[in-house]
Amino acid sequence: MHPVRKQRLMVVLFILFGAAVAVALITFALRDNINLFYSPLEIAEGKAPVGTQIRAGGMVLEGSIKRDPNSLRVDFIVTDYAAQVPVSYTGILPDLFAEGQGVVAAGKLNSSGLFEATEVLAKHDENYMPPEVQSAVDAAAETLSP
Amino acid sequence: MWQFFHKLGSPRWFYEISGRWLPWLALLTAALLLTGAVWGLAYAPPDFKQGNSFRIIYFHVPASAVSMACYMVMAMAGAVSLIWRMKLAEVVMKCCAPIGASITFIALVSGAIWGKPTWGTWWVWDARITSVLVLFFLYLGVLALYEAFDNKEAAGKACAVLSLVGCVNIPIIYWSVEWWYSLHQPATIKFTEQSSMHPDMLQPLLVMIAGFYCFFAVALLLYTRSEILFRERNTKWVRALVEKSVG
Repeated sequence: MHPVRKQRLMVVLFILFGAAVAVALITFALRDNINLFYSPLEIAEGKAPVGTQIRAGGMVLEGSIKRDPNSLRVDFIVTDYAAQVPVSYTGILPDLFAEGQGVVAAGKLNSSGLFEATEVLAKHDENYMPPEVQSAVDAAAETLSP
Repeated sequence: MWQFFHKLGSPRWFYEISGRWLPWLALLTAALLLTGAVWGLAYAPPDFKQGNSFRIIYFHVPASAVSMACYMVMAMAGAVSLIWRMKLAEVVMKCCAPIGASITFIALVSGAIWGKPTWGTWWVWDARITSVLVLFFLYLGVLALYEAFDNKEAAGKACAVLSLVGCVNIPIIYWSVEWWYSLHQPATIKFTEQSSMHPDMLQPLLVMIAGFYCFFAVALLLYTRSEILFRERNTKWVRALVEKSVG
């Protein structure tokens, strides 16, 4: 390669390397703020601030959804299967909200450890299946389980 | 290989050879997009959780994939134009910016439309969505920077440097859903293991992705050819071409 071009190639690599290092340092410094939500374990360990607007994310624990018959209030437990956070929410839930589904709730953690949500979003996973395949999978799971 | 590379240095040669490819590529694009869209939107089975709304994937995922690939093409063309001072590479880099901006816009809007029925919100500032928004602004930045210079040689260099610096964003977009907690789900199509999508749904998606890549190639060729004609407008071969077409 021509020496002048080689030098220009070095400049290009240096630009790439410099930009990569700068951005890596920035994202490393901001790593906690880039996370969209706190996991139940982090909340249980006291890493999440109390009384300020935060988000909590995890799975809705099976059998934990309690609906108030007289209002839109819903109580449920968010878990990452390591810790649990009780959540209360009054409002309309997304269609995909269900037990065993992922959710991200925005709101405040009160001093007694209850998460008072002002917004609940459904987090869906990367699996896509036709409905009849899912029912076949469920049926197979039922015959396998005692 | 090197001969091909050297020939690429001649805009005229590129104009002539791309004119021969273009009709076939356009035909292939139309066939792939039409097949993929009808197959995906009408014949693929609905999703067990999301029902029919999951079909936005047939536009969202191809647009997102091409928005990142287009950036890599732009950055590589920028690097080639910096190192070898190849005119054609600079033209390709410049022409990638408007196409990439439009496709990124499609990816963002289709994602928002998909987000409303599934997540319950149009927009959330998670790592994936924010980094794609940064990608959109990078494209707009390259467009604006190019127009800001009167000296087009300086404009080309500045844009090449900007697109190189912006390259850092591409791995961030790709791995954002794994490095940080986000609302956006991880990738469905995996290169190292089996994709987490039923084959009946995956096949039309792959056709659509191929179709979007071909569409990008067609759009890039068209843009590049018209930019070549504009830049070489005072040369003999372009004049001859114009005289022939005017008759």
